[in-house]
Amino acid sequence: MSSAIQAAYTPDPAWRGRITATVVGLILLWPVLVASEFKPWILLDEQSLKATGHFLASFFPPAHSSEFLWLIFDATWQTIAMATAGLTLALLGAIPLTLLATESLSVSRLESGRMRLDSAIVRQIARWLLVLLRSVPELVWALLFVRIVGLGPTAGVLAIALTYSGMLGKVYAEILESSDTVASESLLKNGSGRLAAFFYAALPASAAELVSYTTMRWECAIRGSVIMGFVGAGGLGQRMDESMKMLSGGEVSTMLIIFVLLVACADQVSAFLRKRLS
Amino acid sequence: MRPSSLPPVIGLSTFALLAGLLALVVASFYSLTMSWGVLFSADALRSSLEFLNGFAPPELAMPFLERVAEATMETISMSALGTGIAFVTGLALALPASGRWGGALRAIVRLILNLLRSIPELVWAVILLIAAGLGPFAGTLALAVHTTGVLGRLFADALENLSPESEETLRINGATPVAAFLYAALPQILPQLMSYTLYRWENNIRAAAILGVVGAGGLGQMLKYYLSLFQMQQAASVIIAMLLLIMLVDGASFWLRRKLTGN
Repeated sequence: MSSAIQAAYTPDPAWRGRITATVVGLILLWPVLVASEFKPWILLDEQSLKATGHFLASFFPPAHSSEFLWLIFDATWQTIAMATAGLTLALLGAIPLTLLATESLSVSRLESGRMRLDSAIVRQIARWLLVLLRSVPELVWALLFVRIVGLGPTAGVLAIALTYSGMLGKVYAEILESSDTVASESLLKNGSGRLAAFFYAALPASAAELVSYTTMRWECAIRGSVIMGFVGAGGLGQRMDESMKMLSGGEVSTMLIIFVLLVACADQVSAFLRKRLS
Repeated sequence: MRPSSLPPVIGLSTFALLAGLLALVVASFYSLTMSWGVLFSADALRSSLEFLNGFAPPELAMPFLERVAEATMETISMSALGTGIAFVTGLALALPASGRWGGALRAIVRLILNLLRSIPELVWAVILLIAAGLGPFAGTLALAVHTTGVLGRLFADALENLSPESEETLRINGATPVAAFLYAALPQILPQLMSYTLYRWENNIRAAAILGVVGAGGLGQMLKYYLSLFQMQQAASVIIAMLLLIMLVDGASFWLRRKLTGN
């Protein structure tokens, strides 16, 4: 009787589970808060409030002297050029690696049902190389290349080329393997070479998907090349870093606006290209 | 019927497009003052090799490894907390962004979400360093701000695609708006929200590893520190730790996805 009344007064039948989950969550949260030095009151500290206020106040008006805008235009083009050049070099690296790594282009697998040992080893090495290339973040590649080739866009281009050849190679191989392999297999079975089978069967079957993925990566490369500027690899990022260090909010706000517009444009262009080429 | 042995015709617009792309590539290489000479001269090769040799062997002393482990935990904590905050704020902003309180508010909040989303974590970190100071707190906030934009939009779309019947039924029968949302709308979209959030968390671990390069804590800050001191062996250990973390996250997410989709 009393339990029936209690049940009628308990608004949520699942309260026990919910409370347990909340308590466990809070206990897990504690070490996380400590490790990430989560002290929101720092934000309300008088000194920090003053610095932030000054900085934000200087955002208006955005810097717009023609000299500065010309500088920014140049940096923006440099960013686009870094992304484009880097992606082109990445393609040069990714295509041979893709040809090596793609399983459905294996001749020996078709003959005997399994790959020859040496070609399996070559294929595995190509895959590991791809994993290594893309697992090191582009920013870390850029940091290292800045040490080797000095400040400037070369480091950024090389960093994009290395990281993106790993990403492109992996995804290209996946696309080629997941597409219909009947055509390439029958070509290979009838004695055509790997390259011929690739160009006349595998490539046409998945060209649209390959192009669309590449365009998407170009868009990512533009964002990436802005970020790499912060470690000294040229372009918009490097300018932003310099203005930030001098706390000139007007310049920063102009660059943020340009950056948002650039990303939106790249987004539009890549969507258009994907629609057009597919 | 003609045999279809003729090559496919390339349309004029496609040709123009390809020519444009080629022009973009050529202009890119031409306008960048690339220092290939620096990269490929014999002198440069020698100094590059010297540079790379400096990395071997990676520093493996126990006290140093403990610090690397600490920085790794810091990286994971930053990403987890940033994603957690973004889940809450993203959901809060998704309510107006899904058009619950009128079209004008929906447009404004969506614009804000787009703005938060299109500025990358690293740029947010640089800006937030001024308010939050050097260290993982700035990184956590940067991840939270950017992820709020990403999750807020996804959550708003999920809310908009939800059919409103069950929530309306509760409302008609006298439930308060809050109760109707919590007991009808939220349980239906929660699995979707969780899967978006987990996916973002995975991305944020990768992002948190490098955020420190601008001074926002974690493994990246350690890497930058040792690289600027030219202590290459220590830097090598940090890079290896980053690689292991990223590969572990990749592997775990691949495995989990396979488990969840059941094939």
